[in-house]
Amino acid sequence: MRKRDRSPKTYTRLTHPLVRDSRDAPFRRATWDEALDRTARGLRAARGAFGMFSCARATNEMNYVAQKFARVVMGTNNVDSCNRTCHAPSVAGLSAAFGSGGGTSSYEEIEHTDVIVMWGSNARFAHPIFFQHVLKGIRNGARMYAVDPRRTSTAEWAESWLGLNVGTDIPMAHAIGREIIHAGLVNEAFVERATTGFEEYKALVEPWTLSLAEKVTGVPAAAIRELAHAYARAERAQLCWTLGITEHHNGTDNVRALINLSLLTGHVGRYGSGLQPLRGQNNVQGGGDMGAIPNRLPGFQDILDPDTRLKFESAWDTVIRPHYGLNLTEMFEAMEDGSLRAVYCIGENPAQSEADSEQAVRRLKALDFLVVQDIFLTQTAELADVVLPATAGWAETDGTTTNSERRVQRVRRAVTPPGEAREDIDILCDLAARLGHDWKYADAEAVWNELRSLSPDHYGMTYERLAEHQGIQWPCPSTEALEPTYLHGRLWDPDPARRGMRAPFGIVLHDPPVDLTDEEYPIRLTTGRRLDSYNTGVQSGGYASPLRRGEAVELCPEDAERYGVVVGEQVRVASRRGSVVAPVWVDTALRPGLAFMTFHFPDEVDTNRLTIEANCPIAGTAEFKASAIRIEKLPAATHVR
Amino acid sequence: MTAIPLGVPRRLVEFTLDGQEARVPEGSTILDACRAAGKEVPTLCQGDTLTPKNACRVCVVEVEGSRTLVPACSRKAEPGMEVRTDTERARHSRKVVLELLASSVDLSTTPEAAGWIKEYEAKPDRFGPDAARVEEEPRVDNDLYVRDYGKCILCYKCVDACGDQWQNTFAISVSGRGFDARIAVEHDAPLTDSACVYCGNCIEVCPTGALSFKSEFDMRAAGTWDESRQTGTTTVCAYCGVGCNLTLHVQDNEIVKVTSPHDNPVTHGNLCIKGRFGYQHVQNRD
Repeated sequence: MRKRDRSPKTYTRLTHPLVRDSRDAPFRRATWDEALDRTARGLRAARGAFGMFSCARATNEMNYVAQKFARVVMGTNNVDSCNRTCHAPSVAGLSAAFGSGGGTSSYEEIEHTDVIVMWGSNARFAHPIFFQHVLKGIRNGARMYAVDPRRTSTAEWAESWLGLNVGTDIPMAHAIGREIIHAGLVNEAFVERATTGFEEYKALVEPWTLSLAEKVTGVPAAAIRELAHAYARAERAQLCWTLGITEHHNGTDNVRALINLSLLTGHVGRYGSGLQPLRGQNNVQGGGDMGAIPNRLPGFQDILDPDTRLKFESAWDTVIRPHYGLNLTEMFEAMEDGSLRAVYCIGENPAQSEADSEQAVRRLKALDFLVVQDIFLTQTAELADVVLPATAGWAETDGTTTNSERRVQRVRRAVTPPGEAREDIDILCDLAARLGHDWKYADAEAVWNELRSLSPDHYGMTYERLAEHQGIQWPCPSTEALEPTYLHGRLWDPDPARRGMRAPFGIVLHDPPVDLTDEEYPIRLTTGRRLDSYNTGVQSGGYASPLRRGEAVELCPEDAERYGVVVGEQVRVASRRGSVVAPVWVDTALRPGLAFMTFHFPDEVDTNRLTIEANCPIAGTAEFKASAIRIEKLPAATHVR
Repeated sequence: MTAIPLGVPRRLVEFTLDGQEARVPEGSTILDACRAAGKEVPTLCQGDTLTPKNACRVCVVEVEGSRTLVPACSRKAEPGMEVRTDTERARHSRKVVLELLASSVDLSTTPEAAGWIKEYEAKPDRFGPDAARVEEEPRVDNDLYVRDYGKCILCYKCVDACGDQWQNTFAISVSGRGFDARIAVEHDAPLTDSACVYCGNCIEVCPTGALSFKSEFDMRAAGTWDESRQTGTTTVCAYCGVGCNLTLHVQDNEIVKVTSPHDNPVTHGNLCIKGRFGYQHVQNRD
C-alpha cells in the first residue's frame, strides 16, 4: 500500500502562559504573574473540591512536590496520575500479595533464567530494549512462552504462542495452577512456609480442567499443559506482563491470578525467578513511589498508618487527612456529581487518554476551574482556564526517574527551555507561596534530599551514588551498601520472624469482559501500541518515522474478506458508545473476530470513543483491551482515498 | 535458595607484553591488556559491546611462536605468552592496512584515522589516481539516517548489532563476495522497503561514519557540524518505562544526535526508534 497522504498534527512548544477571560473567550497571552494569580484564585475557591493530576512523565522530584502541594496546600489526598489508566492493577495486586508494588526482578536476571512467560505483553514493540534482555535469555537457552490474543512480534520468538480469547486470562491462569497441582509440581516447602490460602486456592482452581480451559480460552489443552509444566519444572522462571493483563475491568484480579502461579512454584524472591510488570511511562513507577497516588505517601508508605502520617506531619508542618483520596477514575466521577470543582493537571492528556473520551471531555468542561501545565497545548489544555508552559522533564530539567526494575536514574538538563517556559517545581512553589506556603528548594537535589529523609527505601540514594552506579534500585536504605537485585528474598528465610508477612493466594473468579460481543457488535476490539509511536502521539508525532502509516483498524484476512473490505478502504467502526471512521489494515497476527487499534493518532481517529469505561473496582483502570465493535462499509460516494 | 551466579572464578594470567610483565584476568584479550597498560593499539572493527569479526586487521600484534600476526582484539591472553605490539612487522602491517583502506574508502569521518595514517607513515596515494575506490552517492532514503557506502570498510559491526548480537532484526547482511561484498538489505532495496526498524543501533557501532544520523549528515553538508561546540548530557528516555539512558548531543541548544552509554546496565548502548530519534518534539519551538 502506498502511504496515505497525511498531514498529522504536530504540536509546537508553549512559550508563554495563556488565560481566557471567560469560558467562551479565546486564549490570550498573559504574564506569569497574572496567570499564577488567576490560578491561585481558582484553586483557593475550590478548596475541598480539588484534584491534582500529577505527571508520570516528569521527575520524581516534581511528583514529590506535586503531591505535597495537593496534601499540604490544598489539604486533600486527591492526587493521581495516568498510572491509573495502565498499571495501577499491577501495583494493587503486587502490594496485596507482597506488601510492595514494584516488579520483583531486574532486567539482567531475565538473561539468566530458564523459562520466560510474556503474558499480555508485546514487549518487542512496546519495550524494545527490555526485549533485548529477553533475547539474551533466549540465546542463553531460556524457553519463552507468549500468551496474547494476537500473534505479535514478541510471539514470533516464543517456544509456543498461546492465543487466548480476550479477557480469559483468569481461566488460563487457573487451569495452569490446577495442572501444576495435579501433576505434583507444587513447591510444597515454599507454599507451606511463605504463603497462605493454598487450600482455598486449590478448591478455587479445581473446576478449571484443561478441557474446560480450552473451551473458554480457545487455546489447545496440550499447549496450556506444556506451559504449566515448563513453568513449574524450571529452576528459575520469570513471569512478565503488560497492559494485556491490567487494562481490564478486573485488572487487579488478573494480576493476582498470575501472582498465584509464582507462589505455587516458588518463582519469586530468588535471583532469576520473579514477577515483572513492564511499565508504560518513563516515570510511572516513580510517580507512585513519590506519593502521587491517593493512598500512599512518599516511599510507598500507607496513609492509614498513624506513625507514617505523624512523620510527614511533623516534617511538613501540616495535618494529613487520615483517609484515602480519590483516584483519577473517581475524580472523573466526582466531576460528574459536582463534588470536584477544580483540577490542576500537569503533563497529562486525559481528554484523549481516558476511555470513553467524549465523556471525559464533557466532564472536564463542566469544571469551575481547570489549570493545565504542559509543554504543548494538548486537547486537554484547550479546555483549560489557565495554561502554564512547563519544561520537558527528561531534557530540560535535573532530577531523577524510576524505571520498571525500580532503578532510580539521574535525569539531566541538556537544552534550554523555550520562551518563558518554567520548571514544574518552580511553578508549584510559586503557587504554594501565593496560597500561603513558603517553600524554598535551591534545586532538584534539595527536593530529593527531603524525600530521602522521609522515605527509608530511598535514603541511600544520594545524587552522587546514583551517578556512580548508573542508577540504584530501591530499596536502598543504606548509603554504604546495595541490596540484591530482586525483591522478597525474605520469603525464603528459614526464620519466620525475618520471613515476615506471608503472601496470600488471590482468590479471584473469572469475569468475562463487560462489553459483550453479539450479533450487532460481533467483533472484539483490543488496543495496544506500535513500535514507533507512543500514547496519544503528542510526543512521537514530532519526528518523521518511516514506519508510521497512521491509524487503522486492523483485521485478519478472513474478516476483511467477510466484510468485503480491502487495505486502505475507509470504514466506520462502531461500538455501543460511539463510532469513528478509519482505514482498514490487514494483519495475519489477528484471528477471526479480533480487531486491533491503537490510540496514537487521536486527532485522526479517536479510538477512545469506542473503548468502554468499565473500571477495575480495586485499581480504577478501564477495560481498554476489550470493546465490542462492528465494521460498516461506507457508501461508495464517501469513499475517501 | 538459588544463589546469585558468580561464574567461574577468574584467575590472573601472567604474560610478557613488550618486555614488561603483564597480569590480566583470565579471558581478557591482548587488546584489554594493552589498554590496561596504557598502550595505544588502533582498532576499527572492534567494539566494546560486540564480539569482533577480525575483519579490519589494524590491531595486529606479534606473538612469539606464531607464524602470522594475531589480532589483539580477539586473541585471548595466555600464560607465558610473549607479545610485542610495536615491532617493525606489526607496524608495517598496520601501515599497509591503513593504506589499502584509505585508498579505497573515505576515512574523513573516522575518528583518529588521520592520526594513525600519520603515525604509521601510511601513504594511501601511492596506489595512484586509478586505485579502486568505492565511489557511491550516499543513500538518503528516509528521514532518520543515511548510508554512505563510500565510507564503509565492511567491518561487520552493523551486521552484528542488527543481527544476533543485539537487535535480532536481521535487516542487513553482507551480500556478495570478494570485491563485490557490501552491506545490504534484502535485494539491496531502499531501507523503507526492508525489515529495518530504525533503532539506529548500527549507527551506534559504525566506526567510520558510513552510517550516520540524517541530522548529522545534513549539518555536515551545510558545513555547520562542529563537535567542538557540542555537549553530551546523559539523561533518561521520555517514552516507555524501561528507563534507557540517552546521551543527548547538543549544538546551539538543538539536539543533533542521540547515543547511549555502552556500559549502561539497561541499554548496553542500544536504543529503539523512539529513544534514538523521537526527540524532535521538545525542539518544535515555533
